[in-house]
Amino acid sequence: MDWTRWAGHYAPRSYQLQHENEYYSIRTAAGLIDISPLFKVRITGPDSLALLNRIFVRDLSRLKEGRVAYVVWCDAEGFVLGDGTVLREGPDTYFFTSEDPTAAWLNRHASGLNVVITDETETLAGLALQGPSSAKILIHAGAESIRELKYFGATYTSVNGIELWISRSGYTGDLGYEMWPPADRALDIWDTLMEAGSGFALRATGLKALDVCRIEAGLLNKGVDFHNASRVLIREQKSMPYDLGLGWMVHLDREPFVGQSALRKLQQPEWNMVGLEIDWSQTRDLYESRGLPPMLPAEAWSLSAPLYRDHARQCQVGYATSGTWSPVLKKYIALATIKKTYSSETVQIELTVEHSRHSVDARIVSPRFYDPPHKRAPVE
Amino acid sequence: MSVQWDVVVIGGGHNGLVCAAYLARAGRKVLVLERRSVLGGAAVSEEVFPGFTFSVASYVISLFRPRIIRELELAKHGYHVIPMDCAFQPLHDDHGLARWGDPNRTRLEISRYSHHDAENYPKFKHTMTRLGRIAAQVIDRPAPTGFRPQDLHTLIDLFRTVRGVEKHELQQLIRLLTLSAVDFLDPWFESEILKAPLAASGIIGTFQGVRSPGTAYVLLHHYMGEIDGAFRSWGFARGGTGSVSTACARAAEAHGAVIRTNCEVDKVLVSNNRATGIVLTNGDSVTARRIVSNLDPRRTLMELVGEPHLPETVVDSLGRFKYRGSSGKVNLALDGLPDFACRPGVGDHLYGDIAIAPDVDYLERAFDEAKYGSFSSRPFINAVIPSLTDPTVAPPGKHVMSCFVQYAPYELAEGPEAWESQREAFGNTVLDTLEEFAPGLRNHIEHMQVLTPLDLERDFGLTEGNIFHGELSLNQLLFQRPAWGLAGYRTPIRNLWMCGSGTHPGGGVMGASGELAAKALLRKKI
Repeated sequence: MDWTRWAGHYAPRSYQLQHENEYYSIRTAAGLIDISPLFKVRITGPDSLALLNRIFVRDLSRLKEGRVAYVVWCDAEGFVLGDGTVLREGPDTYFFTSEDPTAAWLNRHASGLNVVITDETETLAGLALQGPSSAKILIHAGAESIRELKYFGATYTSVNGIELWISRSGYTGDLGYEMWPPADRALDIWDTLMEAGSGFALRATGLKALDVCRIEAGLLNKGVDFHNASRVLIREQKSMPYDLGLGWMVHLDREPFVGQSALRKLQQPEWNMVGLEIDWSQTRDLYESRGLPPMLPAEAWSLSAPLYRDHARQCQVGYATSGTWSPVLKKYIALATIKKTYSSETVQIELTVEHSRHSVDARIVSPRFYDPPHKRAPVE
Repeated sequence: MSVQWDVVVIGGGHNGLVCAAYLARAGRKVLVLERRSVLGGAAVSEEVFPGFTFSVASYVISLFRPRIIRELELAKHGYHVIPMDCAFQPLHDDHGLARWGDPNRTRLEISRYSHHDAENYPKFKHTMTRLGRIAAQVIDRPAPTGFRPQDLHTLIDLFRTVRGVEKHELQQLIRLLTLSAVDFLDPWFESEILKAPLAASGIIGTFQGVRSPGTAYVLLHHYMGEIDGAFRSWGFARGGTGSVSTACARAAEAHGAVIRTNCEVDKVLVSNNRATGIVLTNGDSVTARRIVSNLDPRRTLMELVGEPHLPETVVDSLGRFKYRGSSGKVNLALDGLPDFACRPGVGDHLYGDIAIAPDVDYLERAFDEAKYGSFSSRPFINAVIPSLTDPTVAPPGKHVMSCFVQYAPYELAEGPEAWESQREAFGNTVLDTLEEFAPGLRNHIEHMQVLTPLDLERDFGLTEGNIFHGELSLNQLLFQRPAWGLAGYRTPIRNLWMCGSGTHPGGGVMGASGELAAKALLRKKI
């Protein structure tokens, strides 16, 4: 096993020496991932929608009960502070999960509003069941009502006598579900799912496999592909939603929200969030020229790799933030931020082969590398 | 059928489909004709019993060429291969021997039997990987067809490939090309237990024993595999091996090729020593500028073309080309997992391949019986349980277990037809053998499919049941595959080409023959 720290908790990066089997479980069958360290807040009261609409750039008045929305929120200058998901549990009840704590931020904007903000981070656990077999496993475990769920839909149901919310969502770009059992019953749910999944090749899955999947799906990782604007030192390290390809969720024409005026002023993004396909034959040739087989990164990487217009690496046009070899796509892929003004179809990315620096072509593509039909298809 | 086709491909095996995809990609009008209702030839998935999908014949993937996956964008068309992490060898002791992706775990396992071997094993793997890489370069390019001036560049290429090899490796390479698998392994290892599964790689698909010279090469053939840059790594195709063929078919169709199933070709039309088209068994005929056969050389030339059209030397060499199928297949549909006495319960050791090869003598004895025309009473078995990894191939909680069994000689003492009456006994022998290590297996069997070499010949068109379209012995490789003067994918009949495993570089689900044949054809500016 390989452990890491996540929000103060120990979290498995992989249950085996390598994460390969766990990755393939997600893409072939199903993987069960402990996502309990996420921060969880429940917002209730007649003004809960008003509060959320003050915070998020996305207008949640369109969010129906039993639906989930991906959201970002900004500071007053319109720079992104974080991302997360909101599940509308009832007419005036919302459940909000994110990578960073948000209860204080919500409270700060709740003055004059009739809401109750409860931090559920310690009282609820989080489990993600992801992969093409995930629906069958949940149904086998008795959560029959998930059969009706559309993509980003949610249902309040019971598994092994434990009542909980299950949403059809996730961080893998595959068919998958996230659920939030009471912390003291989470182990029971885990065991129930592992038992129900034993006939469906389910495996406990760690964060390394998850990271490969999320890059394949083109999903951003805060702290890697963008940063919390309140935690960085200089302007260049901040991003507006537009820079992250999230302009679609900015709803400007409505009641005021944090960052609205700044976002209204600057709707033209400076940067583009793109996908890169790193040219395989050039990569292979560089390794072959040293008598080596192509060395693929053993796991997903997350570091800033400069991108250039030219082989001489004189003119920088952006940077890649995370990348991985995609075993199902058979491609070497990366997520990157590129100047909006750069219009060519390829960039040069640096590649170090046996201690010497080279550059290879990388084709600019949509970051949604892996988008299988079963992610959205009705469950059979 | 009045369309003028540029190329008709006879046989929708994986090589035929790869060949068709490359030709269609180059803009040629291509028609593929498959005799059966399913595509893939021996690389096929079939739901033989309701809910249970078997990789009926070929069952693991490793050698498939990465270049083909990229050039034909097979991942987009459904190519999805899941690597295996373990090779498990059940034994009559308290643990058996499992070799893992984790070298330290493997070292601990081997050291139960020999500290010397545990230390040597990584070195052995390193050497084999280096040699496998060299060999892989040979299979990724056309072989010279002889020693003629036009072969000069391929000969130079071949020379360049071995030029960078260090002296001690060249020595190992020559040993590999000439020795028996056991003779090759003896200087490396002292444990007869460890040597057994390694040597077993050297006999797969051949009618030779682990102590027969030449088998070391087949061992190397199994070390050329690669998944995502990791050499010697084997895997399951999601949905069974047939999904690799289906991906090739989708790629071919995406480029405009037309694929028809249930179309059995009866004859290749030959006039003036040129192939002009084919006739189907239903009497329809199709004309085309080129015909490419995915069938093995004997079927292509002796059956579809016919001896009268062929030069005597070709008929002679086709007669000498050895098929001698030596293996069968038993596919099981199970309602539970086998429980190995030496390592009870469900564990990671069941996720990879399971070799019934307790020691070297066991394997040699298995061959002894085959030499005299009977199947081994205790055969070498290579089993996999893909449903543990891929839930699409069996109902929930149930499993498929695929067992490759050797020796099952095509030529029984009573003749090949005797397989009809020996099929049941053969299946029982396999179960008896498995039950010696996994008692109670029979109680889990819901269905069973037994394929004898005769069945492999009848169902899949594998002459004499040989899984490689002809043995992979040194005298049947490179410019001698299928015969001196017949290499280079061409035949003595103009416009008739071959693209099956009977051509260079040979058998296994590699796709290389199909690719290289298509590229050779395209160089002729059709």
